[in-house]
Amino acid sequence: MIVPTRRTLFGLGGGLLLTACDSLASPDKLGKIVKSAEQASKSFQRFAGRDALAREFTRADLSPIFKVNGTHEPVEAEYQVHKTEGFANWKLSIGGLVNNPMSFSVAQLRSMPARTQITRHDCVEGWSAIGEWSGPQLATLLKAADMKTNARYVVFRCADNYGGEVSKGGAQSTSIYYESIDLIDAFHPQTILATAMNGAPLSVGHGAPLRLRVERQLGYKQAKYVMGIDVVDSLAGYGKGQGGYWEDRGYEWYAGI
Amino acid sequence: MSVSPTTSTLFHRHALAVRVTHWVNAIAIFFLLMTGLNIFNAHPMLYWGQYGANSDTGRQWLQIGSSGEKGFLRIGDLRIETTGVLGVSNSKAGAPQPIAYPHWATFPSYRDLGTARNFHFFFAWMLVVNGLIYLAYSLFSGHIRRDLLPSAAELAPANIAHDIAQHAKLKFPKGEAAKRYHILQKLAYGGVVFLLIPGIIFTGLAMSPGMNAAWPLLVGATGGRQSARSLHWIFANLMLLFIIVHLLMVMLAGPWNEVRSMITGKFRIKPEVA
Repeated sequence: MIVPTRRTLFGLGGGLLLTACDSLASPDKLGKIVKSAEQASKSFQRFAGRDALAREFTRADLSPIFKVNGTHEPVEAEYQVHKTEGFANWKLSIGGLVNNPMSFSVAQLRSMPARTQITRHDCVEGWSAIGEWSGPQLATLLKAADMKTNARYVVFRCADNYGGEVSKGGAQSTSIYYESIDLIDAFHPQTILATAMNGAPLSVGHGAPLRLRVERQLGYKQAKYVMGIDVVDSLAGYGKGQGGYWEDRGYEWYAGI
Repeated sequence: MSVSPTTSTLFHRHALAVRVTHWVNAIAIFFLLMTGLNIFNAHPMLYWGQYGANSDTGRQWLQIGSSGEKGFLRIGDLRIETTGVLGVSNSKAGAPQPIAYPHWATFPSYRDLGTARNFHFFFAWMLVVNGLIYLAYSLFSGHIRRDLLPSAAELAPANIAHDIAQHAKLKFPKGEAAKRYHILQKLAYGGVVFLLIPGIIFTGLAMSPGMNAAWPLLVGATGGRQSARSLHWIFANLMLLFIIVHLLMVMLAGPWNEVRSMITGKFRIKPEVA
């Protein structure tokens, strides 16, 4: 009788596992169940500290160089015109499920009461950088626009047609960058629309003229080149319906982990 | 219960709860390690402190990279060429590609940070829930006190030295002595269950921006988010080291008997006098 040893069992099992493994990752198989963990993480984090503040650092803690990632400069003609004009004719529009659709120039946004916060930015890839961000709280703008009672999400439409980076993995198609958050994060005091970084107007690399800061989530939620804000009750009408450029490519919508 | 010194007997070694949680744990850690390496490949550098990115070379203490067709592992000032395994390795199609960990060590086997993260957090939840069930069982059943907690006598240096010597000679306990974990097993299993796995979970949580806001003490205790990431990687390597030694010991001690005892619970005790 041949008694299988641990080695042959392990070798056989290992071989089967390796060939079967990648197919497990497909969204219609284990991938679907696996995605349920995102909801568990979100629920747990909301339970552990729904209103908790992200740590704020001092100027002494600032990263010497804050890495530019994602889009370095949108190539789209409309954005290029705004850039040439120093964003003088650029306007942020707020619409969707609001009673007062509004628009704001950069000058108007800069004249509003600003919150300044020195926070750590965590990229999904693994690196972190500390920067100082200033701008009005998103809540101020949403209150002015007066949301309707069926509002559930806030969607940020961006200027950049993002091609994707190989380092982020997978085949990526070109499409307009966008992001979305729910109302808990939208009304969090540290959720701001930054017009300035490290004491200077936002650079093109970091999202000029306006960048979202949602401090308790990963870098891809911090949408750059924000052109418009839509208050919505469903994310279905945007991209592939997952709530963001990276979310449409398999990343978590709730990026608190 | 007495064991006859001349015949081998079957002994009920592992409780059902221990066996089930062992295998759930094994599956979770298998996927956590392989998805972890895929995640690491997105930014194969480690730093100490609150922050760290490519330009923060002063804070970077480890890098897996490539220059031209050569792959390397750099730890501090030490640079080791690792072409073929780390930094540069063959793709599935057989062509050399610049990638930190090779395709056969990662899940998925191709670069896919989004999928790797989804699986990582799913199995992280499995690890945590399974671990809590194991802890609850072990506390209430007396498993910890009876089987894992070393006595003062066992911790005596002479006893540890004796056990190491026995292992080096590949002499494993027989008879009554085989029913209990010896001191090296107690230290290894206890260390993994009560130090290493909690350490992996806490350093993992300390990387989460949401948890950093909710429970700032976690990331504070690690010395910063990039320190937490470094420690998470170090702990994962210690886990891999444990698994290698564990599997090696299973094979040396009698794989059939050992694996059966973790599946059916039954462990064959060899007589003390062979």
